[in-house]
Amino acid sequence: MKVAFYPGCVSKGACPELYVSAKAIAGPLGLQLEELTQAPCTGAGVLSEQNPELGDALNGLTLAMAEAEGADLMTICSTCQGVLSQHNHGLTNDKSRLDRANATIADQGFRYGGTTKVKHLLWMLFEDIGIDRVAAAIKRKLTGLKIAPFYGCYILRPVEALGLRERPERKTYLEKLIAMLGAEPVEYKGSTKCCGFPMATFNREKSLAMGGNHILEAKEKGADLLVTPCPLCHLNLDAQQPDAARVLKKEIDVPIFHLPQLLGLAFGMDPSELRLDHHVVSTKGALEKVELKV
Amino acid sequence: MQFTIEVGRYDPEGHYADDAVEGQPFPAPWDHSPVRRYQTYTVDLPEHAVVLDALIAVREYQDQSLVVRCACRSAICGSCAMWVNGHAHLACKSKLQEFTKDGKTRVEAPASMPLIRDLVCDMTPFWEKHLAVKPWLQNKQPVPPPNQEYRVPNASMEELIQEVSCISCGACLMDCESFAVNPDFLGPQALAQAYRYAGDPRDAETKERLAEYSKPGGIWDCTHCYECVTQCPKGVAPLDQILKLRKMAVDAGFTNNAGTRHADAFAESVRESGRLNELTLMPKSVGFFNIVEQIKTLPSAFNLLRAGKLPPLIHKKIPGVNRIKTIFERVGGRFK
Repeated sequence: MKVAFYPGCVSKGACPELYVSAKAIAGPLGLQLEELTQAPCTGAGVLSEQNPELGDALNGLTLAMAEAEGADLMTICSTCQGVLSQHNHGLTNDKSRLDRANATIADQGFRYGGTTKVKHLLWMLFEDIGIDRVAAAIKRKLTGLKIAPFYGCYILRPVEALGLRERPERKTYLEKLIAMLGAEPVEYKGSTKCCGFPMATFNREKSLAMGGNHILEAKEKGADLLVTPCPLCHLNLDAQQPDAARVLKKEIDVPIFHLPQLLGLAFGMDPSELRLDHHVVSTKGALEKVELKV
Repeated sequence: MQFTIEVGRYDPEGHYADDAVEGQPFPAPWDHSPVRRYQTYTVDLPEHAVVLDALIAVREYQDQSLVVRCACRSAICGSCAMWVNGHAHLACKSKLQEFTKDGKTRVEAPASMPLIRDLVCDMTPFWEKHLAVKPWLQNKQPVPPPNQEYRVPNASMEELIQEVSCISCGACLMDCESFAVNPDFLGPQALAQAYRYAGDPRDAETKERLAEYSKPGGIWDCTHCYECVTQCPKGVAPLDQILKLRKMAVDAGFTNNAGTRHADAFAESVRESGRLNELTLMPKSVGFFNIVEQIKTLPSAFNLLRAGKLPPLIHKKIPGVNRIKTIFERVGGRFK
């Protein structure tokens, strides 16, 4: 299945392990990734907040690029998913906004007709690729691991733009997937909460406390690791974890996996091929539980 | 139809029924909230019944000791906001059928507010925040009483209808993730009201308001998680109003804060390269001359470097970046 692949800035910046692992699992899932190399950053909501029209134009351009590719746009980041969904929702429901965005991108040779579907890899697994195909690709059951899902705000809220009114099951895909891969999903309050990343530059200590508290709650409930479909959550939960532990004055030490890394492991791939050795918090302990080494 | 509700009970004197089960303590940051005991009741109600119907049925016919705060029963007065299955909702608007999970609905006072008894929390923090934003119209100096009412164009009030719909139930604050870790944060309800007055053409103190709201604890301390938008029973969408205030504040020149520096650095990076430059975003947001804060970010930069995750030192541009630059110029406004 062909998809217009939108990897997002972070998978090509501070989380290269996400990009590498997403490319690695495309084959077993039968995904043909047509990467939108010329698509700009979504602005992560930060640009749209100060200049909504700029947000419409930049994201309208990306949506037009996917439309020209004739495929659904696939994200691997909850934040990209949220911002693109919100702009897509706005542009397709308000003709004056669409016309304005199109007027801005017209002389660049682009026009958005309003037909692109924006879908995170997590949604595609269930809605497009199909769970049968995912199940068929499993070569190594992750039995014995207790995994806490961590969604990231923008794949859950706001519900209208993300189509969660029509498809409430999107709120439970991670738990279902974890169980399908043979592991045990951990139920805890923090799974749908904020990692604190958006505040990281404004109020660092509170941001660290926010993320750290959720990991500690999952750990308390027995989690061996957290899995997230969002690299920004990953940065706050993994890269900042030592600092969060300092702020909360508690030992945390829980590894955070990207969604494609978890899939790749279940598909029988080598942990180093998925760059599980490129994390700030070591993944060693969790991998040993399924008799793997990094 | 039979419904089962599991009610979080709290009695400061410690009297509980024998069958009340001690619940799991709440996770941090709510771990200071008093431990409750959960009592299960089964009620027979029509299929369209709401959580409040069940609570009233229990109080009237099964257990007079249950304390619940409510008044209008029609989602107008805002007094029955509480946690239903762990999220803030109006009990009078939450249909039991929709909330029943594994055969029951869990109802309790939010752990995010001080607890008085059973389902009644102390709303003092909420009202303090509400008052702190001066939720009334202000004049520059005392003015003589007008000869007639102040007239405003309809269009300018249409902008504010959403904020006026607030019934002060507190559901947004109860589930606010920033408030959970930062009690000083003004919170979604107060800031949505702040916009309602700052955006009103009759108000003469807009600039003073924006200066006040830009301070720590104000608009830049929101974590942008959309919980308030999801939980508000009246469609006020507080986060949207906070974002409007941020724009108003920046447009009015209140730019000496990490929030504005972050947005400007973000825009510069996307305009010049089409992508986010993570390497320069943090130092630029913190402010290059803010040495103390700069040093605080060093350990995490070192951790990234050690894990081989530090973004490339030479930031790559996307192909066709001139197109992006042109779009920035064409749209104009801030970031051009």
